[in-house]
Amino acid sequence: MTTNPFDADRPPERRRRRHDDGSPDTGKRRRDESLMVPDVRFDSYYGRHIVKPAPWEKEVAAYLFLGGIAAGSALLGAGGRARGLPALQRAGRIGAVAGAALGGAALAKDLGKPSRALNMMRTVKLTSPMSVGSWILTAFGSFTGAALAIELGRPMLERRSRASGSGAVALLSTAMKLADGPATVGSAFFAPPLAAYTAVLLADTATPTWHESYRELPFVFVSSANLAASGLALVTVPARENGPARKLAAVSAIAELVAFERMQDQLGPTLSEPLRTGKAGRLLKASRALTIGGALGAVALGGNRVTAALSGAALMAASVCTRFGVFEAGMVSAIDPKYTVEPQRERLEKRRAAGVVDDSITTAR
Amino acid sequence: MGFWRNQLSGPTDPAADAAWDRPEPRKGFFTDTSICIGCKACEVACKEWNGVPEDGLDLLNQSYDNTGALGASTWRHVAFVEQTTDRIEQARESGRKLVSLGMPSVRSRDDTALAGGGGTATATLTAPGDLVPGAAGGPGPIDAALPAVRWLMASDVCKHCTHAACLDVCPTGALFRTEFGTVVVQDDVCNGCGYCVAACPFGVIERRSGHEGHEKGAQSHGISIKGSGGSGGSGGSGGSEGTGAAGHQGGGSHQNAPSHAETNGEVKNVGIAQKCTLCYDRLGAGQTPACAQACPTTSIKFGDLDEMRATARARVAQLHELGYPEARLYGVDENDGVGGTGSTFLLLDEPEVYGLPPDPRVTTADLPDMFRKAGYAGLTMLGMAAAAFVGRRR
Ligand code: SF4
Ligand code: SF4
Ligand code: SF4
Repeated sequence: MTTNPFDADRPPERRRRRHDDGSPDTGKRRRDESLMVPDVRFDSYYGRHIVKPAPWEKEVAAYLFLGGIAAGSALLGAGGRARGLPALQRAGRIGAVAGAALGGAALAKDLGKPSRALNMMRTVKLTSPMSVGSWILTAFGSFTGAALAIELGRPMLERRSRASGSGAVALLSTAMKLADGPATVGSAFFAPPLAAYTAVLLADTATPTWHESYRELPFVFVSSANLAASGLALVTVPARENGPARKLAAVSAIAELVAFERMQDQLGPTLSEPLRTGKAGRLLKASRALTIGGALGAVALGGNRVTAALSGAALMAASVCTRFGVFEAGMVSAIDPKYTVEPQRERLEKRRAAGVVDDSITTAR
Repeated sequence: MGFWRNQLSGPTDPAADAAWDRPEPRKGFFTDTSICIGCKACEVACKEWNGVPEDGLDLLNQSYDNTGALGASTWRHVAFVEQTTDRIEQARESGRKLVSLGMPSVRSRDDTALAGGGGTATATLTAPGDLVPGAAGGPGPIDAALPAVRWLMASDVCKHCTHAACLDVCPTGALFRTEFGTVVVQDDVCNGCGYCVAACPFGVIERRSGHEGHEKGAQSHGISIKGSGGSGGSGGSGGSEGTGAAGHQGGGSHQNAPSHAETNGEVKNVGIAQKCTLCYDRLGAGQTPACAQACPTTSIKFGDLDEMRATARARVAQLHELGYPEARLYGVDENDGVGGTGSTFLLLDEPEVYGLPPDPRVTTADLPDMFRKAGYAGLTMLGMAAAAFVGRRR
């Protein structure tokens, strides 16, 4: 809301402005002068941010997408195995492994000291979603990696054991066959945590828009993960086996749209502003259009290989836009002190008006 | 149960919670900004003692503050705010309101507890009035004429929170709670994930950028910065300071500049999260932290936290009596959103004027609920996937 370039040069006392949007008088407040909630005013120290934005680059936003597509793919792969859909099973497993591997690499690259990436495994810390997530990713990677290795390795071994008649190779092949089930179950077990924890990862910060969206963000993220995975399956799996992916796309699209709407409502006008404006706003608008288009395409035209693939691509793009949009919105909300000061002021004044005066960081004595 | 209840929020003894056998008394600061003269001796002493590298030499166009903000290479930061009469009146008004709220009296008000620095302080408080010859009275007793101009100066530092978000979210265990109840980074463990940076509700800790082993380039914060905010960034996100920091990379202007080995000799710990250690090395040797020792006005007081809180309460009561209703304390109440801070402050205006959050709340206080929601979401995901496979094939 900088109105002209000279605003930046004003001495601090002129930077004050009254906040007149956002908090409509509900009429419920008492009229008693001393108890009235005053207009929320917004002060800052030379317009500087109070909380620091996460020092994360695009890689982390990309990881949100990659982790999601990996998780969703693992579920599709497991379902494909259960229902005897080999192409879906194969595509799901490859998607899961590739997503997890690329995502892990992206995370490591974004570290300040990539050479110490393994320090993530130094401890298990339940208060750190990043620690919990590292372990989830590790477990998920192990199970999906095993599942894919079995799927790719067994035919090879079987060929060799037939050719050579070696008992050891045959035994190994049988062991792999037995391990396939547990590996699939394990990957399906760790898939939902992998998709959901990234929401907690973002929410467990002082970044205003991320933190305050913690109630709905996990639902947005798991839906987006399913969307991306069904998109990948629509691109890679022949039409005869893409039925589950089409259904998943439809359900997840609805879930995501609902969860996202709810999230914006709950955030309120100020904190949802970063989701609606600027680059994040554009990304999230694009995501909505791609979600609707992709899901309709998947349902209506998924029987055709080409239109199915196009719909799938749209769904994956939608997920990318969702992740980058939410990521970007958080950054904006951290950098602009308005999003830190105004909601905090508001809740503080509300508590004070309600007579709660013993939990403020500012005290008169 | 009592132990678990206060692990994420509420009053507690952090050193004992961190399982120190024989914790020392919790140490902390009381920074009395009413007697700060803005000499920046604390900034300098901190840099010297801790070998903190230079992080940009710039005129920031922020009164006498050319440091900018706390960050990886700024562990003490002196804020300067210039205010005119109407702002002073507003500050008094908000102070009066605070008093009239009947804020909690955790301790009974105890005037005899007046401790160090209190006695001579008042003269210093009136000093800003001298800047304007016309306003002879200075910010005197409550009904006297207000000065035309006043300077607020405040030395900010890591709060060493009772519930430190930075520590709780650190995945490597690099951040730890010392026996003094303070929060310190282990440079050789941190892998620079940056989670603590995003988690600190006060914007204190930061990952050091600059030139060392590997080059991360200019400090930048993800995809948003390059285009200077992207959205209808109000309140001057980045813009306000862009004028002053023009010499440096314009895009990251809201941030301290990266450290440069060329101008400063050795730069260590690039890519590692850095912040005030409350001079852990000095504390261990029974010494006063460098900043407190260097402070010529005793604006920065150091000692056992209980004592600091008592001093703070006595000082604010004294200032109220002398007719400065704008005086208020920050971080003294352990019922606040971070369970009270180890670094307490006396401020003369609302916290946000100094760049402090008005109602910080440690993000991990909501963590159980976050994980619960994520659990439901995970089940929903499983349910959606299962639904996709039921029914007829295709
Ligand atoms: S102020 Fe920030 S960096 Fe300091 S202890 Fe609290 S959360 Fe950690
Ligand atoms: S940057 Fe270092 S200190 Fe901060 S959370 Fe990550 S590992 Fe811990
Ligand atoms: S306590 Fe030590 S590390 Fe912290 S600001 Fe003071 S001098 Fe710097």
